[in-house]
Amino acid sequence: MNLKELYQEIILDHGKNPHNLKKMENFNKDAKGHNPLCGDKVHVYLKLDDKKNIEDISFEGSGCAISMASASIMTSLLKNKKEKEVKEVIKDFLEMIKNKPELSTKILKEDEKTKLMCLSGVKQYPMRVKCATLSWHTLNFAMEGKKEEINIEKFE
Amino acid sequence: MNIDNIKKEFPIFNNKVHNNDLIYLDSANSSQKPQVVIDRIYDFYTKEFSNVGRSVHYLAVAATNLYENTRISVQKYINAKDKNEIVFTKGATEAINLVANTFGQKYLKEGDEILITELEHHSNYVPWHYLRQSKGIKIQFAEVNKEGEVTLESIEKKITTKTKMIAISHLSNVTGAILPIKEITQLAHSKSIPVLVDGCQGAPHLKLDMQDLDCDFYAISCHKMYGPTGLGILYAKKKWLNELPPYQGGGGMIKEVKKEEISYGELPHKYEAGTMATAQVIAFDKSIKFLEKIGIENIIKHEKELMEYGLETLRKNNSVNIIGNPKNKGAVISFTIKGVHPHDIATILDEDGVAIRAGHHCCQILHEKLGLAATARASFGVYNNKTDIDQLNISINKCKKIFNLQ
Repeated sequence: MNLKELYQEIILDHGKNPHNLKKMENFNKDAKGHNPLCGDKVHVYLKLDDKKNIEDISFEGSGCAISMASASIMTSLLKNKKEKEVKEVIKDFLEMIKNKPELSTKILKEDEKTKLMCLSGVKQYPMRVKCATLSWHTLNFAMEGKKEEINIEKFE
Repeated sequence: MNIDNIKKEFPIFNNKVHNNDLIYLDSANSSQKPQVVIDRIYDFYTKEFSNVGRSVHYLAVAATNLYENTRISVQKYINAKDKNEIVFTKGATEAINLVANTFGQKYLKEGDEILITELEHHSNYVPWHYLRQSKGIKIQFAEVNKEGEVTLESIEKKITTKTKMIAISHLSNVTGAILPIKEITQLAHSKSIPVLVDGCQGAPHLKLDMQDLDCDFYAISCHKMYGPTGLGILYAKKKWLNELPPYQGGGGMIKEVKKEEISYGELPHKYEAGTMATAQVIAFDKSIKFLEKIGIENIIKHEKELMEYGLETLRKNNSVNIIGNPKNKGAVISFTIKGVHPHDIATILDEDGVAIRAGHHCCQILHEKLGLAATARASFGVYNNKTDIDQLNISINKCKKIFNLQ
């Protein structure tokens, strides 16, 4: 266990002042996620252009430092990415949090991957993994146009 | 038994958590078990095990006697009139479900009202909600004031001619408020309304006297009383247990079973269908003896001192905000730290071996009222001491340091 690894400066910064924390006007896709264990809630908004590029992405919600930082970093990294690319990054991130030592996607630059890897500290805290993955699963739902609220308990 | 040395009776404290001494501040969630209770379970399975109430062989008779002995110990501990007013259940949750289900079935119709409070935990709300769905009853909520209390007046305000049951906590698991049960019961009875008390938090920390409280039902969670999990108790006045229909059907609760009809067994077996949590019931006798040996007055005094020391310590710690300020308060301190989410607090405290709970503590209605998604909670038991609170404060300071707070 290593608290310093979990609460890195970048996590604390994003947790304290999350990027893209706002309700979006003119979004065309959105989804809500919920973690019943702690009551955390997140609402992810997307604006896709005609070519399905993410023109804008934002989120609303409240939660612990990990969940806020995760949503903040996620939204900063995925702006202007293509739908297909976003799906690849989501899959890669969720696999890394679950059991892979590193991210393998080529979509993100090395410094972007380093930023995302700051969240890997939660792997040592099984009860906190869902704090990190809630916004990612919710983004996935938004991309797929699913209407129901995500209950994170259903996901591994 | 000296309460200052009581920690020694609990073997869990011989273990380290992340290489630190365990500081267990989560007794409102579940208490730790003294060695005598653990040994009793082991001994029963090792030397005395048999099912109860069915066979006539030596072990069965002995086990039945032990099982019934616990019923008598509980009867005396809570000052019930009759041992048959003690029904074993799988938990306080099942005890409340039993009452909601059978009472609802027999007495409730559309438009009737159940009065609960805004500080109830989910097990004293959800069972009544089922009746809202199945019977079309209404649920009224007596208000929590800004101190985190529910007063007699707030209960009185919500009583109508349609109120058929008042179901309330003895002690809030979030604010620690102790409700004026005796006064509420007197008021309710003057209007012929029965009262169910959710004693999950009351039973481990307060003096239990059913004749004094005069409530109709009292639900107990044994694992919060230094007893085994999987066991609860429903105390109910005999007239209710006689009048209400059975809850679950099965072996052990019947008198005669024919193809055309079935008659039910006598109290309390009418409500104890199937093989019960035998070892747990028998071991719970040791929990009662353990509590009696210390003495509830000593427990109350000890926990009050701890709670006051805890409040004093945490109030001095700026950035800690304590939830609620009830005049009559049990050994629970819920708090928040501005700028640190309760789950982050709990993870950081855990690293030091300090076990608290973070979340809504199964009280989402109350948290909504407080405008908080979650709180952190330190709750005390007989084994805690002032050193535990000092360590809590040290770990809270560590939390603040990690989050760059002053």
